[in-house]
Amino acid sequence: MPEQLAFTIEVFLNGLMAGVLYALVALGFVLIYKASGIFNYAQGVMALFAAMTLVGIQNGQVPFSHLINAIFGTDIHKFGWHVHSFLAIALTVLVMIVLAIAVQRFVFRHLVGQEPIILFMATIGLAFFLEGVADLMWGSELKTLNVCAAEGACLPQGLNLWIDETTFNAFGYGFFIDNLDIVASVVAAILVIGLVMFAQYTKQGRAMRAVADDHQAALSVGVSLNFIWILVWSLAGFVALVAGIMWGAKSGVQFSLSLIALKALPVLMLGGFTSIPGAIVGGLIIGVGEKLFEFLIGAPFLGGATENWFAYMLALLFLVFRPQGLFGEKIIERV
Amino acid sequence: MFYREAGDFSSTYAEDQQTFPIRFDRYRYYVVLFIAIVVVPFIINDYWANSLLVPFLIYAIAAIGLNILVGYCGQVSLGTGGFMAVGAYACYKLMTAMPEVSMFIHVILAGVITAAVGVLFGLPSLRIKGFYLAVATLAAQFFLVWLFNRVPWFYNYSASGQINAPERDTFGILITGPNTEAWATYLFCLIFTIASAVVARNLTRGASGRKWMAIRDMDIAAEIIGVNPLRAKLTAFAVSSFFIGISGALFFAIYLGAVEVGEAFGITKSFLVLFMIIIGGLGSIFGSFAGAAFLVLLPVVLKVVGVDWLGWPTDIVAHLQLVIVGGLIIVFLIAEPHGIAQLWRVAKEKLRLWPFPH
Repeated sequence: MPEQLAFTIEVFLNGLMAGVLYALVALGFVLIYKASGIFNYAQGVMALFAAMTLVGIQNGQVPFSHLINAIFGTDIHKFGWHVHSFLAIALTVLVMIVLAIAVQRFVFRHLVGQEPIILFMATIGLAFFLEGVADLMWGSELKTLNVCAAEGACLPQGLNLWIDETTFNAFGYGFFIDNLDIVASVVAAILVIGLVMFAQYTKQGRAMRAVADDHQAALSVGVSLNFIWILVWSLAGFVALVAGIMWGAKSGVQFSLSLIALKALPVLMLGGFTSIPGAIVGGLIIGVGEKLFEFLIGAPFLGGATENWFAYMLALLFLVFRPQGLFGEKIIERV
Repeated sequence: MFYREAGDFSSTYAEDQQTFPIRFDRYRYYVVLFIAIVVVPFIINDYWANSLLVPFLIYAIAAIGLNILVGYCGQVSLGTGGFMAVGAYACYKLMTAMPEVSMFIHVILAGVITAAVGVLFGLPSLRIKGFYLAVATLAAQFFLVWLFNRVPWFYNYSASGQINAPERDTFGILITGPNTEAWATYLFCLIFTIASAVVARNLTRGASGRKWMAIRDMDIAAEIIGVNPLRAKLTAFAVSSFFIGISGALFFAIYLGAVEVGEAFGITKSFLVLFMIIIGGLGSIFGSFAGAAFLVLLPVVLKVVGVDWLGWPTDIVAHLQLVIVGGLIIVFLIAEPHGIAQLWRVAKEKLRLWPFPH
């Protein structure tokens, strides 16, 4: 196999893997958007918040310890225990549910019926608020995150040697693919299947789809909007946690984690705001597109780092020709 | 906003149509102008100029610009930082290419160039709206910052990739570079701020402003009564980018002096200016000033209270600031969507009737 082609295929595969992670974040957006028409800019910060909470609980950090120390002059930092990963994840899910209830109760209940753009700006405010709270709670330094089922059985790091060897024997060129990316793809697939099953076959899922379809009709057959919104925000919080674990394990838990939310926006533009498959396909297209563009055109001709803007430009072009995205519902305006 | 007051009569059309039809507002306006032009330059020092007044004036211009686009025309933009960068780099290229020309002309030309770029990125607004457009403007933000980072021509091939404002004067008075006087930079920014405010105020209450507001309130209905959406949206983008470009040029040349584009004009700057107009008041020139003042003052006040008085570490205060700003955005959107400007209006009405409100 010629060298250049092999490189390109490798870049393509890595793009697919990155795309899976974008799609994970985009999924959270779609969930909330479908059910409540809120375009949740805070999804990325929710992922950051979830990942920081998970690390904090795992390491037994005292929440708000910096603030408490500053106010009362004490010197407390840790409880001095280590929590098992699974228990920590369960606790974090609990925190995300409480967060969902709080967000619903204190913010969006008061904004029902407002214009979408007002709701969007409110979620930007929410993103800043959450980021500040997360930093105050757990400190803003870079943290390493790893989830271990037992001693020595953690999320795998590094490149996959097996793929490297097999492809080397088969094609004379070993592909570099991160173990973590493979795990992330599997997890994303399970998550999507789980969400679809939940939406299709459970009572709550049916209610959720009803609300997404028509608020008033759902209300009139006895679906509690409040409950569904809390449910949806909790689900989005759970998706954020999964995305946070994957990104956090890959590149550490830090502020830049919340910026993936920005990357998820073009993914949604491409896939359509209302479509779960659209989020996946859009994520893959963006992931592959930006890696291939950087590899084939960006790095040799444009001075590199085109990944920063490629996704947005692609989405922009796309919007001009097909504003509803690949899988979105057609936008119909009535006066 | 159409507003009149009891006991305040006008007997000619000119009086009826002046910018501030209420006597109290008019006097307040003259008093503020008098203090800003005649009093402040004599008592200003470096600390006040650099930490409060100059950034306030510059951000006020940016907020006016963004308010025209978001508050008056209803097109949400998250590309403010990118457009400010265009202004800054245009100003830099002009300053270094034509050193003998006055800074006034450079800054205005920088605004014109930014307006052209703004129109270019405003073109998608004809097909898309709402947060779709917000994401499209994000494309402008990231692409422009990348462009200024990667193409050496823009920073004159300097080794650091930064741009540094060379020393330039206007009418023989230094206004850029390290050896400036506080009052000179202050007055230079003040002239632009007052001019922008006057222009913006008159544009928004004239025909073009009414067209923008018609588009904002309902674009289809506006189109039916004869507003050309293409022209209305693109003029809003042009005027808005013009002001934002001027503020970017001033921000670089007068305030910072040296700029690294990703740091000074990143996405956080876009959000900062957006927050100014949400907190200050969407669709209000006074609100732009109020919001700019609030968000320039807040970090300074927090620093004085938190770090200097209470002795907290700076990072806690920085995080607390995020919480406060985010919380305020939500509170304002829920409780008072028209921001500080509306609070001020309500307070005036209450005070006029006080203490007998009925």
